Amino acid sequence: MAMTLNDDQNMLRESARDFMASEAPVTHFRKFRDMGCKDGFSHGLWKQFAEMGFTGILIPEAEGGMGMGQIEAGIVLEEIGRNLSPSPFLTTSVAAVEALKLADKAMRDRWFPGILAGETVIGIAIEEGVKHRPEKIACVAERSGNGFKLTGHKQFVVQGTSSDMLIVAARTAGAVGETDGLTLFAVDKDAAGLSMEAARLVDSAMAAHVKLEGVQVNADAVIGDVDGGWAVLSKMLDAGRVGAAAEMVGVGTGAMDMTFDYLKTRKQFDRVIGEFQALQHRAAHLYGEMEGARSIVLKAQSLMDEGHAKAELYVAAAKAKAGLACNLAVREGVQMHGGIGMTDEYDIGLYMKRDRGLNEFFGDAYYHADRVATMNGY
Amino acid sequence: MSDLETFRAEARAWLEENCPAEMRTPAKGDEDVCWGGRNFVFQSDAQKLWLERCVAKGYTVPDWPKAYGGAGLSPQETKVLRQEMAKLGCRSPLNSFGIWMLGPALLKFGTEEQKVHYMGQIARGEIRWCQGYSEPGSGSDLVSMQTFGEDKGDHWVVNGQKIWTSYADKADWIFCLVRTDKTNKYQGISFLLFDMETPGVTTKPIKLISGNSPFCETFFDNVVVPKHQIVGELNRGWDVAKYLLGHEREMISGMGGDGGVTSIGAAMKAVLSEEPVLRAQMALFDVENLTFRAHGERFMDEWKTGKAHPAYSNLMKYVGTELNKKRNELVMSIGGTQALEWESERSNGGSKARNWLRTKANSIEGGTSEVMLNVVSKRILEMPGA
Repeated sequence: MAMTLNDDQNMLRESARDFMASEAPVTHFRKFRDMGCKDGFSHGLWKQFAEMGFTGILIPEAEGGMGMGQIEAGIVLEEIGRNLSPSPFLTTSVAAVEALKLADKAMRDRWFPGILAGETVIGIAIEEGVKHRPEKIACVAERSGNGFKLTGHKQFVVQGTSSDMLIVAARTAGAVGETDGLTLFAVDKDAAGLSMEAARLVDSAMAAHVKLEGVQVNADAVIGDVDGGWAVLSKMLDAGRVGAAAEMVGVGTGAMDMTFDYLKTRKQFDRVIGEFQALQHRAAHLYGEMEGARSIVLKAQSLMDEGHAKAELYVAAAKAKAGLACNLAVREGVQMHGGIGMTDEYDIGLYMKRDRGLNEFFGDAYYHADRVATMNGY
Repeated sequence: MSDLETFRAEARAWLEENCPAEMRTPAKGDEDVCWGGRNFVFQSDAQKLWLERCVAKGYTVPDWPKAYGGAGLSPQETKVLRQEMAKLGCRSPLNSFGIWMLGPALLKFGTEEQKVHYMGQIARGEIRWCQGYSEPGSGSDLVSMQTFGEDKGDHWVVNGQKIWTSYADKADWIFCLVRTDKTNKYQGISFLLFDMETPGVTTKPIKLISGNSPFCETFFDNVVVPKHQIVGELNRGWDVAKYLLGHEREMISGMGGDGGVTSIGAAMKAVLSEEPVLRAQMALFDVENLTFRAHGERFMDEWKTGKAHPAYSNLMKYVGTELNKKRNELVMSIGGTQALEWESERSNGGSKARNWLRTKANSIEGGTSEVMLNVVSKRILEMPGA
């Protein structure tokens, strides 16, 4: 595949760009932040996402969606990132949909219509520690009656308390540290024994700590195969990772463009500070880093869409590179803005906070660089 | 099957039939590469045969028009051919500054006669070229160059000195920037071609920190150059030079050892597994390397469809050369004390150390990293100031 967007993809980019800039710009994010919104996003905006067709972008056409791939989902995510538009798109429409695509028809029929309508939100309950360690999942699912009984805890469940359903990864066999023996479950938010405590994060997103105290689920709550959840989990995580990488390309590019505009207007020593070579070289270097990130993300998306054997390696590299580049963009952004970069009034600091959250989402740059090394045989 | 897939199958079949087995192994170093030219000595019959077969097929320059010695392939077909060559491990049949640098400039600025004559010679591997750009007082500030061609009616008489002329002592001809108007800095330079055997041309190799001498000082003492050996218009050689530098930057940015995505980490596992910090550096390097390859692929696809910014090759040159330096720093660290050996057979004549030192020139030759950043900042990012 050529590493350029085709006409349809360019059209999607234009409509996503116009939509986010007009319906969900940074002022929209500020509004919901400042009102102390318990969800951290607007349900009205989520409905508008559905009207645009975005919520079902990865759902097959036969099931009412747009039947598109990671490149297209990434196009929407980049615009989300550029505008800091708060929504459940990454968790619900990307990660959860990729997992549900591997579920049986009854479960897809149960959840896809709500996602397509912009009514349903799904939380991803994977993390149990402060760092991403999916193979270390210790939450237990014991066979019980017609199904399973789940016991354990989860954290960093983004929009957990706003969710209608949680995708919970639990151990049905094997020991902590093994990839075999995991199973994914669709757990209703109202299930008995399930409790959540919402925490506001640095980027104003809401994430939940979840307690599972003997939560009873039926056998039909299993997504994929019992004990074979790693395959579904990997698919879901990789979609979420490459999606977060695409969003970071948007966050980084947004921060970079804002910073370059500032360099061209701010005057000190009787000249525009963009004339100083010390800043020009750093700007050019940053541009190169962001362009590299954009390239590896596109490469990873296209390999995923092809179902290529190397997709996993490239997704890891893309999450790592996008994380490093976006992080550089927001750090340079705040520094080059000087004092006003430290103020809440200016947007650049909001980009720094968003970068921090996305970097941690489904594994940071160091975690993924380590995976690249392992996959490369050392 | 699409036309492109038909072409892929045909190219594959042709390569399997025509590429000798010995030419499907990596070259054993610079001396093992075919550079062509009047005085080139083939290292093996297979090397000669592979060149001859590619010349006949137009595959030394697959994307050049057939009339100038190429195969007339489209950019997509050329990419497919290179992919199939890489899969079989086929060596490049011919390395040449003529292919990488002069040819594209001739295609854009040359007369029809020049294209047929010089590009044909380049495609057939008959002439080895060198590039006369830098001068002792004109490095990054190339346009300040002083080598002067005095107008003598039907010819110029050239006097002056060039430096960092790659392989000038082995080249047959030179493409050279010569000042033809002392009153106009930018529009006073002409792009001339001449034979290195012309009386008055002498070369002197420069010994580098690697111990090797790939570069020369080149002196011109009353060198006669006929008027028809100019490319482009009189005094507009800077346009040709800039265009050609774009190609040179692409070429240098592509220097990455195996030129591919294969990690060097696996082969170094024994050391890396005992040094977690070094392994981490290697892992981060692999992320950057995969990124650069994807970046290069995207850049070439955009370049071919006219979507890339004209100054973008400057960015690729910067990123690629800095990455290659980093790679060689890691190779030295992983190699430890053995990589310090300079002459032993065990160290293949100090190849790691010499390669490491050679790569330090990558971010200097063809425009320094600092100049590349200047160009990116001004032309792509449109930062203000002179």
